[in-house]
Amino acid sequence: MQVSMTMNGEEITREIEPRVLLVHFIRENLGLTGTHWGCDTSNCGTCVVLMDGQPVKSCTVLAAMADGHDVRTVEGLATAGVLDPIQQGFMEEHGLQCGFCTPGMMLTARALLDANPHPNDTEIREAISGQICRCTGYATIVRSVLWAAEHPAELVTIDEEVGA
Amino acid sequence: MTLIEEHPANPAAGDEDRPIGYGRLQRKEDPRFVRGKGHYIDDIVLPGMLHGAILRAPVAHARLVSIDTTEALARPKVLAVITGKDLEGLNLAWAPTLSADVQAVLVTDKVRFQGQEVAFVVAEDRYAARDALELIDVQYEVLPPVMNARKALDPDAPVIRDDIEGRTDNHIFDWSAGDEAEAAAVFAAADVVVSQEVVYPRVHPAPMETCGAVADFDPIDGKLTLYETTQAPHAHRTLFAMVAGIPEHKIRVVSPDIGGGFGNKVGIYPGYILAVVGSIVTGKPVKWVEDRSENLMSTSFARDYIMQGEIAATKDGTILGLRTQVLADHGAFNATAQPTKYPAGFFHIFTGSYDLKAAYCKVTGVYTNKAPGGVAYACSFRVTEAVYLVERMVDALARKLEMDPAELRLKNFIKPEQFPYANKTGWEYDSGDYEKTMRLSMEIAGYDELRREQKEKRARGELMGIGISFFTETVGAGPRKHMDIVGLGMADGAELRVHPTGKAVVRISVQSQGQGHETTFAQIVSEELGIPPEDIDVVHGDTDQTPFGLGTYGSRSTPVSGGAVALVARKVREKAKLIAAAMLETRPEDLEWEKGRWFVKGDPSVGKTIAEIALGAHGTVALPDGVDGNLDAEVTYDPPNLTFPYGAYICVVDVDPGTGHVKVRRFIAVDDCGTRINPMIIEGQVHGGLTDGVGMALMEIIEFDEDGNNLGGSFMDYLIPTAMEVPTWETGFTVTPSPHHPIGAKGIGESATVGSPPAIVNAVIDALAPYGVTSIDMPCTPARVWAAMQGHATPPI
Amino acid sequence: MQIPAPFDYARATGVDDAIALLDRHGPESRIIAGGHSLLPMMKLRLARPEWLIDINDLYELDFLLVDKDKLRIGALTRHTALLESDDIARLFPIITDAEHVIADPVVRNRGTIGGSLCQADPAEDLSTVCDVLGAVAVVRGPNGDRMLTMSEFHRGPYETALAQNEILCELQFAIRPRTSSAYEKVERRVGDWAVAAAGASVTLAADGTIEEAAVGLTAIGLDGTVPDIDSTTRGQKPSEELFAEAGRLASLACDPVADQRGPIDYKRHLADELTRRVLRRASERAAQTQEG
Repeated sequence: MQVSMTMNGEEITREIEPRVLLVHFIRENLGLTGTHWGCDTSNCGTCVVLMDGQPVKSCTVLAAMADGHDVRTVEGLATAGVLDPIQQGFMEEHGLQCGFCTPGMMLTARALLDANPHPNDTEIREAISGQICRCTGYATIVRSVLWAAEHPAELVTIDEEVGA
Repeated sequence: MTLIEEHPANPAAGDEDRPIGYGRLQRKEDPRFVRGKGHYIDDIVLPGMLHGAILRAPVAHARLVSIDTTEALARPKVLAVITGKDLEGLNLAWAPTLSADVQAVLVTDKVRFQGQEVAFVVAEDRYAARDALELIDVQYEVLPPVMNARKALDPDAPVIRDDIEGRTDNHIFDWSAGDEAEAAAVFAAADVVVSQEVVYPRVHPAPMETCGAVADFDPIDGKLTLYETTQAPHAHRTLFAMVAGIPEHKIRVVSPDIGGGFGNKVGIYPGYILAVVGSIVTGKPVKWVEDRSENLMSTSFARDYIMQGEIAATKDGTILGLRTQVLADHGAFNATAQPTKYPAGFFHIFTGSYDLKAAYCKVTGVYTNKAPGGVAYACSFRVTEAVYLVERMVDALARKLEMDPAELRLKNFIKPEQFPYANKTGWEYDSGDYEKTMRLSMEIAGYDELRREQKEKRARGELMGIGISFFTETVGAGPRKHMDIVGLGMADGAELRVHPTGKAVVRISVQSQGQGHETTFAQIVSEELGIPPEDIDVVHGDTDQTPFGLGTYGSRSTPVSGGAVALVARKVREKAKLIAAAMLETRPEDLEWEKGRWFVKGDPSVGKTIAEIALGAHGTVALPDGVDGNLDAEVTYDPPNLTFPYGAYICVVDVDPGTGHVKVRRFIAVDDCGTRINPMIIEGQVHGGLTDGVGMALMEIIEFDEDGNNLGGSFMDYLIPTAMEVPTWETGFTVTPSPHHPIGAKGIGESATVGSPPAIVNAVIDALAPYGVTSIDMPCTPARVWAAMQGHATPPI
Repeated sequence: MQIPAPFDYARATGVDDAIALLDRHGPESRIIAGGHSLLPMMKLRLARPEWLIDINDLYELDFLLVDKDKLRIGALTRHTALLESDDIARLFPIITDAEHVIADPVVRNRGTIGGSLCQADPAEDLSTVCDVLGAVAVVRGPNGDRMLTMSEFHRGPYETALAQNEILCELQFAIRPRTSSAYEKVERRVGDWAVAAAGASVTLAADGTIEEAAVGLTAIGLDGTVPDIDSTTRGQKPSEELFAEAGRLASLACDPVADQRGPIDYKRHLADELTRRVLRRASERAAQTQEG
């Protein structure tokens, strides 16, 4: 079957089997490997992407179900070479170690900040409670989100950050 | 020259945000991870790549009657279906383990645990491979399984390993440490002896990324490129050469970005070997990535120790001795990854942080019909089990003596002046000031105030508990005269090149799984040479590009590879001195070092920076005899001893008396890991380990039913803490450098995982004191806590 | 990663279209809404429908409105919408309580009330909530709508009264004065299925005595509400003794099985303990509505 959707602002159309999971569609059909997967039971949240602005577990959504919708992945967080404050916050506050859960965590945090620009510790913890991080112990993720909330206009270009 | 002039003449003038050397520094690896540009195993796509899937046994113990692959092979897109019989023809049906046993790659005779590998399908895509698994027809003759380690040595227990000639029981080994007679004498003379059973159930490291491999065998030049989720690429290369018979120079192992390891990615799993076989058979690259159930059911578990502990003391609370008998469940194959001499890992550091007169432990390993493994999940080769035992026993003694558990510990610590301290089981602790660390932890916690609060709450019927753990780790394996893995000495190499413009590349043999090696190791070189960390590239994870070494586990990266990197930088520094002397037309002994440059003693204005020297080394300066025209060096570091990081942890819990639900309200962790390279990374390592501790103490367990079914085979039942179960961590530190380590660093990777579970469990027991509870086993789920309150707690295994 | 077996997919354009698609594709066709119950089962190949009828475009089923003396909730209403609704928090706080502990926030963005009820998992929190509140299900098939009480709707574990070609469209909850409710769950970890949970609804008479009360239990083997609680509490002033008696009845009425979440005696204890707690909280809340 044919599916079309807006992926990180770009209209895309692909021919797929109806059973293709959205996470596989993103990773394999579109080659956007920043979205990861970590379980088969929608428990770990590693595969979280934004669908119409809301975090969803892309291992439990069919690509067919995303047809006609707006999907945003980690690759769509930075725009025109400018990092989203949440990306900068994760670097500033050591919100990541192995980096595997990080894209999903950042997207959920982005949606949280869009809805609630000044969340408290508990609200942040609740928002990410469907996602598991095995490395950080969460406190630095909470700090990263708080950093982003405090620096909404903090914009850093890719070139500066990479130190190229 | 512009590039060089960008940096100050003395680059040691780093600031707080951009330290030259040690200090808080944002990680060099993060810009790619926050953009989703990490490169993990499942992100690798090679031209023509095929996908593998493993058919696994549905039962724990069964004789294999037949396998019919006809229908699966006939399916479109399926290229190969490999069975144990096929592997027998290649002499690959069995592979050696890291503990001198063998493990079936695919079942040939008998299934020995649920989830064991039975057949391997190779297909054009992963959907087709998965579909074909259902078409393989396997007939089993089900046998009674051995699921309870306590019954594994019963005379009528089924013999699991009948593949080993002459084997008539499920016994693997007996191993002991310490002086049994001395311990007996001390116990006989003691005023007080407390005994209790302490169980550390089976848990699983469950990194967020599962294990996987992409094998690419080039039939023309015979070279195998193997991308693997491995924490030890060099050791894997050597073992693959030994197992598969491919010459070692024709194997390149690449470990890409790893989505967490925690010891889960040390072993060589059948799936890796099958991907290689698949690639050889089809002539194309083959990817195999396990799903979450496969990860939880078949790869390295951790712990599974049943420990009978005894502690002896005088009436006034002087601890005299410690004894334990351990029953160790190793599963169906003895596949633990640990130094050859030590079948129970470093468990014999169970004497902990205390000055004892005697100690003795005996460990018996048995086979059961469970997945193999045992040394994983940030355990420091079973220091986890040892610390859990001793810290539970010390608390039991405190209860018996009606002494405050902090006071009892303070009274019995090894004193600073006793270091280096030889314990009763053969370890030489390098350095420590335990009292200082303990007192800092109590100060941060407000220990006396917490005890007052607890007293008030108890009077109101509220259940609040305060638990303490003081742990000493032994990490950085190890001196190669004592420690090897399948004959490979546990040393690590480092190569450093300073390019003509003063930028450097350091190549190391350990592999990051998230610890931030690209940053930490750059900072070590930076500290030694004064080159800014951003000008130092750290290369790791590719055996064709890095020197040999044993890899990352047991918190050994900084203790071993960190030592290697510091030494190789110092070697470069010494070479730079000779070149600088030639450039300045003076004698080397007339030069003095300040961070980043050699200068003439008494005349600091005359000197050469490392960058200037690098250009000189590659330039036209006449070099002294014996000095090669470069600024490169290499070393292999064989550590003289292990390092002994330690910490004092205090946990505060509240228990709901109506439901048994435990809430960790506060957790205070004061760690001493010696010299601190990047405090931000250290804190992150501690936070992660504390969360592991909450997981193990409260919810994580791999359980089995009597029929052999794994009850923890998905994240629906293998529960890992979320942000809601953990408090905002309170951390502190003391610094007691290791005297024998090149930079005094001791390692931090596993301290918190090792140290935190007993603090939490001791807190739960403390909370339940009004109910007369003196012991509870992990995990302290609501149901288990409630059972303990009713006086009928049962061990989980 | 686990992958579902092959199937065909159709996206319904309206309720009648969905019913027609179900009719056309027969017994091996299934409705998919949020997918958070069905897709995991399909990935593990415990469910193998041949057709999936996607109803996510049926916006006419995504509503939440107070209609005179009823609260009407469309079957496609997401958990997040229920959790965030002020009307629900005011009228039926049991739903808000329950939604706080259903799965996790990301799953709640997709999962729907209709999906939860149709899955009919014995550990499903919203089934208990609907039992306690005496909800009415509006079901549509080729021959039009029918209204089912919860006892008619639920046929047992994983089984409902829905015919193969019928769709759950709406749930209706009667709004009553001096009434409130509460839900509490014991779980091994946030996001886990219940070890046990209880929900209660209490209506107070003008004199502060209990006019009507209902208690339901989750995951511990009780269909519908606990018998005798209503008759035992009717006309009584809310009190600890009364809650204790209700707890005793709940503990006797449940029929739990031992599993990894806990043994039978613990679960019976939770039936008692949680019944007391939710009755206490529902009574307090009902009293507050009276004051207000």
